[in-house]
Amino acid sequence: MGKNIIEEVKEKFGDKIVDFFIKNNRRCYIEIKPQDIIECAKILFEEMNFRFATATGIDCEKHLEILYHFSYDKTGIIVSLRVKLDKKNPEIESLTQVFTAAEWIEREIWEMLGVNFKGHPNLKHLLLPDDWPEGKHPLRE
Amino acid sequence: MKKIIPIGPYHPLQEEPEFFKLFVDGETVVDIEIEIGYNHRGIEQLSTTKHYDQVPFLVERICGICSTSHPFAYVNAVEDLLGIELPPRVKYIRSIIGELERLHSHFLWLGLAGHFIGYNTVWMWSWKYRENICDILEVISGNRQHYGMFKIGGVRKDIPKELIPQIEKMCDNLLPVIDMFKGAIMDDPVIHARLKGVGVLTKEDAIKYCVVGPTARASGVDIDVRRDDPYAAYSEVEFNVPVLSNGDVFDKAVVRILEMYESIKIIRQCLDKLKKEPEGNIEVKVDFIPKGEGIGRHEAPRGEVFHYVRSDGSNRPVRHKIRAPSYMNIASNKVAAVGQTISDAAITLAAVDPCYCCTERTVVIDKNSGEQILTWDGLIKLSQNKTCKLKEAYGK
Repeated sequence: MGKNIIEEVKEKFGDKIVDFFIKNNRRCYIEIKPQDIIECAKILFEEMNFRFATATGIDCEKHLEILYHFSYDKTGIIVSLRVKLDKKNPEIESLTQVFTAAEWIEREIWEMLGVNFKGHPNLKHLLLPDDWPEGKHPLRE
Repeated sequence: MKKIIPIGPYHPLQEEPEFFKLFVDGETVVDIEIEIGYNHRGIEQLSTTKHYDQVPFLVERICGICSTSHPFAYVNAVEDLLGIELPPRVKYIRSIIGELERLHSHFLWLGLAGHFIGYNTVWMWSWKYRENICDILEVISGNRQHYGMFKIGGVRKDIPKELIPQIEKMCDNLLPVIDMFKGAIMDDPVIHARLKGVGVLTKEDAIKYCVVGPTARASGVDIDVRRDDPYAAYSEVEFNVPVLSNGDVFDKAVVRILEMYESIKIIRQCLDKLKKEPEGNIEVKVDFIPKGEGIGRHEAPRGEVFHYVRSDGSNRPVRHKIRAPSYMNIASNKVAAVGQTISDAAITLAAVDPCYCCTERTVVIDKNSGEQILTWDGLIKLSQNKTCKLKEAYGK
């Protein structure tokens, strides 16, 4: 059962997959190109009824990484979409056009790591105060 | 010009600093702006400076009510990274603690909800009965809150077999109490009039906002991590997941009340299984966390807690992402509270059970001499004496 859903995701993503890694029968990590994020999120959320759990922004040495965690609640599978962004000018399309739930977490990643979410309706501070100095991102290494 | 009614950041109805700006037209709320961040403590960053075994203590302090949810999800995440199998005894004890916590948390919410609608009898009653659950937790772990029971690969304290009848008795005594609340809420025409159709979150919006826990289940979204992605002992016990369809405050209350019955069912099954397991086998030794990543979830009283841990093979996580259920649920107030009257706003905002973190330290000073009467050591002594007394009262 679990395998089938992951196979289905694999099939639907097709050549958008850069790297594919099954950690165990309930956890799967798929790396995709940043420009494909909207399309992939739509496939998971709209076509396959995945639920968006949250996103994790990570500062790796050479790039910034965002993991979008989607949960398939019928079988308890989590598919995490991994995108790697350029550290100098990190930019990606906002997922708020697909589901509202992305609004807060994108604001958080924007202020903590300085990723610009294109098309976000309200990109302002969520956790940090409004007078936080510009260009200072607490989770940047 | 827009008329704004502010609720917060510090408001007598909120135990936690949050700022809701209600834009109103006459009595009706037409829009709402939610500002959070008054309680930001940088725990994700702090966690990367701690040893793996210190993190459960840190994340336990994220919340003062569902304190065990975060260590539960965190150990699940690290164990997902490690891919280890736990001894059965650990699984049962973990589930018992998780369900006891759900019980006392739901009692707490029920009290607050009663208080918000001016039904203070429910408030006083439910907090009175909540004490019995906190007592049992203190007898098991030594603490009413922040039990410190979780560690990677196991639990820190066993539940000895002498204690099992006491927990069973507490469950027996609790059932008529839940029956009473069920009656007091579900059969009371005043409560029906006050809560039905108020603060509706439709199924469509619930999916769009990706809400979790009782907030989702009251809106007809059938999700529960315990059943969908079983961990601890949840795959070995039988329980139902109550799902209702109206999405109003009334259904949110009913979902929580029905869940309490299921929690008691789970605790009883776990205790029965615990009796058959030899005592003492409560951990797997973990010496080393290899490079990798893990995701752990726990169905907290308020919904899914999500933890992501990445390791580079050192003794500290390089990244630890934490998402509490209220993070998803509070945002849904944007649709639930709009279109309501101002007087319904308080209960609507409270109906998602936003998480209160309220741990304070106390200093008692003699007014005349200016001397501190209760010191740190004195407080610890007091607390230990109380636990000893409780243990005696509970038969050991």
